Amino acid sequence: MRPIASRALRAAAVVVLALWSGFGVRSAAAVDILSVTSPKGIAAWLVRDASVPAISVSFAFRAGSADDPPGKEGRAEMTASLMDEGAGDLDSQSFQRRLEETAVSLRFSASRDYFRGAMRTLSENRDEAFRLLALALDKPRFDAEPVERIRAQLVSVLDDETEDPRVVAGHTLFEAMFPDHAYGRPPRGTIATVKTLTVNDLRDFQRGYLARDNLMIGVVGDIAPDELARRLDALFGSLPAKSARRDIAPAKPVAAGRVIVVDRAIPQSVVLFAESGIARDDPDWYAAYIVNRILGGGGFASRLTEEVREKRGLAYSVYSYLNPLDYAPLVVGGVATANARVAESLRLIRAEWRRMAESGPTEKELDAAKTYINGSFPLQFDSSRNIADMLVEIQASKLGTDYIARRPKLIDAVTLDDAKRVARRLLDADKLTVVVVGKPEGIASTPPGAP
Amino acid sequence: MRIPLRVVFGMLVVAVTVLGMPATAPAKVFSPETFTLANGLQVVVVTNRRAPIVSHMVWYKVGAADERPGKSGLAHFLEHLMFKGTKTVPPGQFSRIVARNGGNDNAFTTEDYTAYFQRVARDKLELVMGLEADRMHNLVLTDSVVLPERQVVLEERRSRIDNDPGGQLYEESHAALYLNHPYRIPTIGWKHEIETLTTADALAFYRRYYAPNNAILVVVGDVTADEVRPLAEKYYGPIPRGPDIVRARPSEPPHHATRRIEMKSARVRQPSWSKTWLMPSYRTAKGNDAYALQVLAEVLGGGATARLYRGLVVEKGIAAAANAWYSPTQLDSGAFGISATPRPGKDVAALEAALLAEVNRLLAAGVTEDEVAHAKKSMMAAAIYARDSLRSASSALGRALATGQTVDDVESWPDRIAEVTAADVTRVARTFLIDTQSVTSVLLPKEGS
Repeated sequence: MRPIASRALRAAAVVVLALWSGFGVRSAAAVDILSVTSPKGIAAWLVRDASVPAISVSFAFRAGSADDPPGKEGRAEMTASLMDEGAGDLDSQSFQRRLEETAVSLRFSASRDYFRGAMRTLSENRDEAFRLLALALDKPRFDAEPVERIRAQLVSVLDDETEDPRVVAGHTLFEAMFPDHAYGRPPRGTIATVKTLTVNDLRDFQRGYLARDNLMIGVVGDIAPDELARRLDALFGSLPAKSARRDIAPAKPVAAGRVIVVDRAIPQSVVLFAESGIARDDPDWYAAYIVNRILGGGGFASRLTEEVREKRGLAYSVYSYLNPLDYAPLVVGGVATANARVAESLRLIRAEWRRMAESGPTEKELDAAKTYINGSFPLQFDSSRNIADMLVEIQASKLGTDYIARRPKLIDAVTLDDAKRVARRLLDADKLTVVVVGKPEGIASTPPGAP
Repeated sequence: MRIPLRVVFGMLVVAVTVLGMPATAPAKVFSPETFTLANGLQVVVVTNRRAPIVSHMVWYKVGAADERPGKSGLAHFLEHLMFKGTKTVPPGQFSRIVARNGGNDNAFTTEDYTAYFQRVARDKLELVMGLEADRMHNLVLTDSVVLPERQVVLEERRSRIDNDPGGQLYEESHAALYLNHPYRIPTIGWKHEIETLTTADALAFYRRYYAPNNAILVVVGDVTADEVRPLAEKYYGPIPRGPDIVRARPSEPPHHATRRIEMKSARVRQPSWSKTWLMPSYRTAKGNDAYALQVLAEVLGGGATARLYRGLVVEKGIAAAANAWYSPTQLDSGAFGISATPRPGKDVAALEAALLAEVNRLLAAGVTEDEVAHAKKSMMAAAIYARDSLRSASSALGRALATGQTVDDVESWPDRIAEVTAADVTRVARTFLIDTQSVTSVLLPKEGS
């Protein structure tokens, strides 16, 4: 069962999010990564840690909602929601009961580019934990009862979200920027597509894309490498060797410079904006990462927060971030301001975007950003689950086990000239596609094609 | 994506404390060490050597429920203003200094406490302790920084409440649940009162409540109590003791009427339903009532095989979601709730009837030994996991101490849960799930929308 973000349940999520601070990937000398390969050739990264008698396993397949065929949007999401709803000889309730009895937590999720899973168990229950995860991966049942139940939950959430300004802004932005690309279609589907997805569709995704050649695994805990190697084969050994081909072309976002207003009767306008960004494997990535932190990714240490929030009280939250999607990297930002003053927020954001593009950061800002990025790297190593997730993210970025050790040098190597050059390359206020959901004063939609 | 900073807690449902450990583990949760400085500052240290980092956190025993009438939102507003500078740290520099030293920082406010934290590499502990101690008694506020921040808080309120019908309904059901206790007032404050809060209000509140004898310091991470003590003496030790604070809030009279709040909004697509009961908290409960109520919440809402989800979502198929919760970590009364969303197309009245039938079945037949054993097992597993993270130790200890519990209460939680019997759970259900102590809240789409 995946928690469904209906209104009744959303509150808990807010509490969790509220404590989340920090940014990006990180490092620490304290982490020693072993690369473990099983007899069948399945590779995983392992951080041995016996401080708590528990094991965390995170993994990801390079496949996601971008692989949903037209008309079958929501396929990856619905598959993820059903992976722990019965497997092998255990129906949904029996499977969930076994997880609870052994205190095993199992989660699956889908994003545009990745299908992720995570399991956590107490060491003493690991036999059963690994058995249940293997069953879920290899023999999900997709029985009629859970399929219809999850379908109803997804429909409920999708319907609710048509009035959620943040979700409306996100969908509108991606639809405008990618009219002819998978990224432009709703990653969790529409009510219409979710209603027509069949078990065969889910099977197509599960059997086609959950394979050994697009799989990345991170493990943290009280487990020896030889034991892990053996267990990797039991977990993933029966998956197909090769995944289906991803039929996705690299995309160039369109609608640059457009402003789209979505009318909603709310007191505060919710704004999202984006333009083409920078790929994770681009040599300029680290400079871009630093520039973004200074512009809008660093909370109270960023220019957008200083100008929009601190000086003028125009917003509680204003931010930017790099979103290195596999087929169309973006730089994205957002703000929320009362309808009467939102135009001023947007004007200030564009001005800061322009100023950063034209003059780049100062030496002082660059140094402060570097010491933060390097100094805060180890802060993420505060739980087994976080570390396991990070091991997967590093592999997804096609970086090696030495990345944690190398990263501070990559950050330190960025010069002021690099930062200025990359700021100019990355940022263009006139190219931002802007979506405003609300009743903004002094902002109107521009027609498509005529920004 | 960057998440908004400086948040209000407690205005939405606060998740049930998750703590516990399996029967085979030693009956200690975090094994903290504690000491108290001469000026009254209580210090708690948990050593966790997983990474060379520490979490440094100060909890003030003051929250929204301690505000004077007409000044709603002041505790949370002051939390924002604590970043606006001191005699030696210029406005806006606090978080920048922490960031420049590789740290993260933030703060939050609830009805009962206000907490500030930094997470840094272990060699930066002294630096952040110096900064935090400084703003415990040297805060400088002027209108030029206070007034823009008041706008920030109003924008925060718009994001969390005014833009969200669910947030609006939550505020009003809370106001209905409490007839007299200040828990009825939203932590973020009513809009018209936030608009009138002044620099003088904030400073008066600060001078009264921000003092070592009204605070708890919780340090968790790669550090020992022996290392923390001289630092705490050096930075917090010289701060003078403040006034003695007695936390006596207006209390609830007997309730006689069942209350029902309904809201229709064109911005709602799917209805949702909840019922909330006034309850004892850890501090106000007798015997093991609070622990039994936690087990009850788990039996009803603890997961996919718990009564509400299995009964209403899986078997009857009339709900898309169904849940139960209990919040015992409160200085005054706690609250217990059940909530559900109908499956699309299903009637909310039928859903309500089914939920109430579950409650009636619980009251009539009680819970089984098997259910209680299963619930306890699930609850207990979480403490080993809690020990896996710096955040859970800081948060569990700080919340407990700020709401009248002791370190021993936190450490003996697994034992107390283990002692709960099915008879206890049935007894607290029958004693406390009383209609006149409850508010039913229904959120509905506006017809024709």
